[in-house]
Formats: sequence, C-alpha cells, structure tokens
Amino acid sequence: MTEHAHASHEAHVHPNYVKVYFLLLALLCVSVIGPMFGVKAVTIFTAFGVAAYKAYLVAKNFMHINVEKPFIPYLVLTVVVFMFLFFAGSAPDVMKAQGTRWTKPTWIDGTAHAAPGAHGAEHAPAH
Amino acid sequence: MSAAARPIANTRSAAGLPTGRLAVWWVIASEVVIFGGLLASYIMGRLAHDVWADQAAHTNMWIGAFNTWVLLTSSLFAVLGHKAAEAGDGPKAARFIGLTMLGGVIFVIVKAFEWTGEIRHGFTITSSTFWSFYYTAAGLHALHVIAGVVIMGIIANDARKNLELHRVELIGIYWHFVDIVWIFLFPLLYIAK
Repeated sequence: MTEHAHASHEAHVHPNYVKVYFLLLALLCVSVIGPMFGVKAVTIFTAFGVAAYKAYLVAKNFMHINVEKPFIPYLVLTVVVFMFLFFAGSAPDVMKAQGTRWTKPTWIDGTAHAAPGAHGAEHAPAH
Repeated sequence: MSAAARPIANTRSAAGLPTGRLAVWWVIASEVVIFGGLLASYIMGRLAHDVWADQAAHTNMWIGAFNTWVLLTSSLFAVLGHKAAEAGDGPKAARFIGLTMLGGVIFVIVKAFEWTGEIRHGFTITSSTFWSFYYTAAGLHALHVIAGVVIMGIIANDARKNLELHRVELIGIYWHFVDIVWIFLFPLLYIAK
C-alpha cells in the first residue's frame, strides 16, 4: 500500500517551477506598487487579494496540495473555516464599544487615554 | 538500510499516504490555527483602533518586500530539491536544500537588523498593542524559519548520502507553509498603513 501511495502522488507532472516563481515575483511587485496610488480599495486588493492568490499558487504548485488525497485539502480548509468562525465570534466584542447589556472599559476601547499601567496603553514614542 | 530498519514514517501508510507526509499535513493544520488565530486577532485590533495605522507607518515596507523575495526564492529551491530527490539525485537535492537554508539564514539576519533599528527608535514589544502583535507574529514566524533551517541541515546531511530522500519533500511542504504565512504577514504588517 505504501508503494501505491507513493506512486499515486509522484505520478503527477511537475509544473514549470521557475515560471511559477517569476509569476510570484510579479505579484510581489504588484503588492508593493499598489499602495503608491493612495487609493484604499486598490491597496486592499493589491495587498490582500494578491496575497491570497500568491498563497494559492504556492499551495498548488509547490506544496502539490491539488494532487494529495482529497481529505488533505479538506483538512486544511476546515481549519481555515475554524479561523473565520473564531473571527466572527470574537470580532463584535473586540471591535464594538457597546453591546447588549455591556459596555467595554475605556482602557480596552482604545479611544480614551489609558489608565496608568493599564494593558493596551497606546504610548508609542513620538518619532 | 533494510526495510525492517527504516523508520515507520517511510514504511507504513495511513489513509492512503505515507505516515510522514500525513504527519506534516497535520502539523500544518495545527499551525494554520495558531497563526490564523493570531492574525485574526491582529485584524480585529487593527480595524477597531485607527491609531494602529500611525504605528504601522513606522515599519519599513522595502525590508518586508526584500524578505518576501528571499522566502519566495528559497521556496523555489526547496521544490527543486524535492524534484531532484524524486529523481533519486540525493547530492543535487542536498545542494538545493543548502540554498534554501541560505535563504532562511538571510531572512533571519535581515530581521535582526530590522528589529535592532526599531528597538533603537523606542518601538519595543511593550510600546503598544500594535508593537506587541508585530513582535509576536513576526517573532513566532522567525522561530519557524530557524526551526526549518535546523531540520533542513539534518535532512541535507542524509540526502547527500542518498539516504531518506522522502524527507526532502516533507521539509519542503513545511517550508512552503512558512512562506505562505509570511505572504500574509507582509501586507498586514508592512503595507496596510
């Protein structure tokens, strides 16, 4: 079974890795140039949209996730979904100052000056 | 080495693929949760507090871009090493792993210079919540780079003697994941200002 498992994975044709590499470098250039336009939507797309595509290229062409057993991509996607669930569950509490029957302390809110010694105090040196 | 003496990761398969490769994918799944939780928390804080943007403005995008290039290049060498190992050419695979290690070392050296400059300007892990996230996320990632370099050294030593060549692919999968984490850290910490 081991031999079969090896054979099924290694029978795939290797893509042109150098070509993929130069595509990744071109996308890196897009990520760097995007913010220079000063348009928030362009920055978000060129930074995070391109990052997601770069990650897909690396996973597909370098990690060969597309030729793994189907449960491997399902495994990875499942934990990614868990990450989004974590975000969805925690974000309202972190990002909102008030909720149903609760108010966030000012030192967590970040909009007020922090109490001396409080965690989260925003006191970066001026440079 | 006789089949009986070879490690279980190379002689047994579970769920239709070698145990070693299955183990690496499990490690990566757990790492997605670790880095994903950290980055999700950072994004929440970043969106909730506009003041973080002022602090993020102090990070150097060009250093981040250079380190991205270094990691992408090292990933290319890692996958070329895998291809050589698959062809049974251990010494060639070892040379490619060596180049991948060089990329990891350059990444860490650049990071050390970058952090030294930031700390000298007063931006330490206790300066603010932004800098706490910055040093925690980038530091955790750098620890993964260092761990990868150490493991690659062991694997390259075996590979040049044509031993345990399947491990070249396993460390490659791990290294590409480390690359992917940085692909997301770069825009979060260096571009979104």
